[in-house]
Amino acid sequence: MIALGVPSKGRLMEKTFDWFGARGLTLSRSGSDREYAGQVEGAEMRLVLLSASEIPRELAAGRIHLGVTGSDLVRETLPAWETRVETLAPMGFGHADLILAVPMLWADVDTLDDLDAVCAQFRATHGHRLRIATKYHRLVREFLRRHGVADYALVDSQGATEGTVRNCTAEAIADITSTGETLRANHLKILRDGLIHASEATLFRARQAPWTEQEDAVLAALRPRLTAMS
Amino acid sequence: MISAADRARGEALFEGLRAAGATPVSAPILLEAGPLLDLYGEDIRARAFQTQDPALGEMMLRPDFTVPVVRAHLESGATPARYCYLGEVFRRQEDDPSRAREYLQVGYEIFDGSDPAAADADVFARIGEALAPWSPVPATGDLGLLIAAVEGLATTPRRRAALRRHIWRPTRFRRLTDRFTGRVAPDPDRAALLARLEHETPEAIAAAAGPEAGLRSLDEVAARLTALAEDARTPPIPAAEADVLDRLLTLEGTMTGALGPLRDLATDLPALRPAIDRLEARAEAMARRGLAVDTLPFAPARGRSTLEYYDGFTFTFTTPDRPGEPPLATGGRYDALTAALGGQGAIPAVGGVIRPGLLGERP
Repeated sequence: MIALGVPSKGRLMEKTFDWFGARGLTLSRSGSDREYAGQVEGAEMRLVLLSASEIPRELAAGRIHLGVTGSDLVRETLPAWETRVETLAPMGFGHADLILAVPMLWADVDTLDDLDAVCAQFRATHGHRLRIATKYHRLVREFLRRHGVADYALVDSQGATEGTVRNCTAEAIADITSTGETLRANHLKILRDGLIHASEATLFRARQAPWTEQEDAVLAALRPRLTAMS
Repeated sequence: MISAADRARGEALFEGLRAAGATPVSAPILLEAGPLLDLYGEDIRARAFQTQDPALGEMMLRPDFTVPVVRAHLESGATPARYCYLGEVFRRQEDDPSRAREYLQVGYEIFDGSDPAAADADVFARIGEALAPWSPVPATGDLGLLIAAVEGLATTPRRRAALRRHIWRPTRFRRLTDRFTGRVAPDPDRAALLARLEHETPEAIAAAAGPEAGLRSLDEVAARLTALAEDARTPPIPAAEADVLDRLLTLEGTMTGALGPLRDLATDLPALRPAIDRLEARAEAMARRGLAVDTLPFAPARGRSTLEYYDGFTFTFTTPDRPGEPPLATGGRYDALTAALGGQGAIPAVGGVIRPGLLGERP
């Protein structure tokens, strides 16, 4: 039976349930709020409730057939992600942009061209590479490599990333922002061409999951409904 | 995994270099990450396996021999020297998981500034001879030409330094040349900032932009604003010189066949001449080794986008029947890298590596 992994709590779970509901599949949790089990009505499918951050790994391992998670998490967690999962449908919620931001003080910096020049200046002045705090190491590194930015260092920040500049543990940040208010409160501004990835909740299919003929048939029947433009 | 057959082939190649008089050198597999990151930047994390040592901090599994061999040479202090080595290297393969993650490299390196042309010819000839049974296809390049062109441009030291820094990053190099030659005008935001700089001080503009936050000070922002204003007043790089850069990036031919067109380019950019003389001297040294330099493929910019810090002669040996595979052998001159690692004591160095694992059975 097709295993569908969905986020186990919060608004992401509710919106996922609504999204499938609008397409004729009723998802529900069974028992108490603390029990991570549930069912699917309307298709031959079982529900697996997982932390959104575990879903990319479970998809890659083929332990679930379908999964709902942020497109940023899939791209960050899975090398060569397109070979591991297929994007079935962007779901239109959970929008969050991964962006590069620098202090507002930097009147000389609007773009990646400027950031790269500042990296050279900073290294010559301070004797070490300009530090960018992030938890999205792969996405940020690939983005900066593609744009030919040099002489920076990524430093890991798993939370309160906007505060790292003020605390002098980084000079710039790459983080998820949905409104930009936290950035402004910390005197940071987004580079004009600093959008690394526009993320949203997305339904993925695991290419390497053990798809039986029967499971293939179930998905084939559902596909038009799941992938139709809403 | 490295097969016994690959290892035996590697040992035979290594013995051949040793018999030719190279000194065997060994290098650790576990390397401190700091020097590699300082040299190659964050990109190395996508290429090298990382691990952690409780006392030494972040470590990397040897992604190539260049850095440890240069360090071993600097510690020994003996110049000139010729080295050979054999060992495993480890590479992450995120883009193509079918490629090998651990494989052998057999290498040959010369640290000797007395006759660079002869050293270049020696490395190329010895690796070519070792590979001769597999009939590989050689190709050569010379990044020294591009570097000489950049350093000879009629523009500000700041612009030359910016281009020199990005010799190995084609995308960024292109953006910089577009800007410095006036092919691309400043965008409206930048034009507005430059207009403000005509009647406001850089310090005032920075102070009005936001409060001081982080290590980069208001003075540093003001200094770069001043530099931007100066750069805006700098005339574009002359079109004739910009054409020389373009031609260098696209020129393809043979090693001796390229000399004529390069001499023509030097009439527009005379600073090229010493680099062309070096190419000619190398071609002569290679001819003396019996190499067919009149038919040897040559493109100045070859080897530009690899991770290695080649800044002069570059070469590859590939196999014609397996396109898309990595070369059987690669090499080049890396004087700047030894300068970066050696501080004051820059040592001219040239070398190359063979991958025995790609050779297959001796035909």
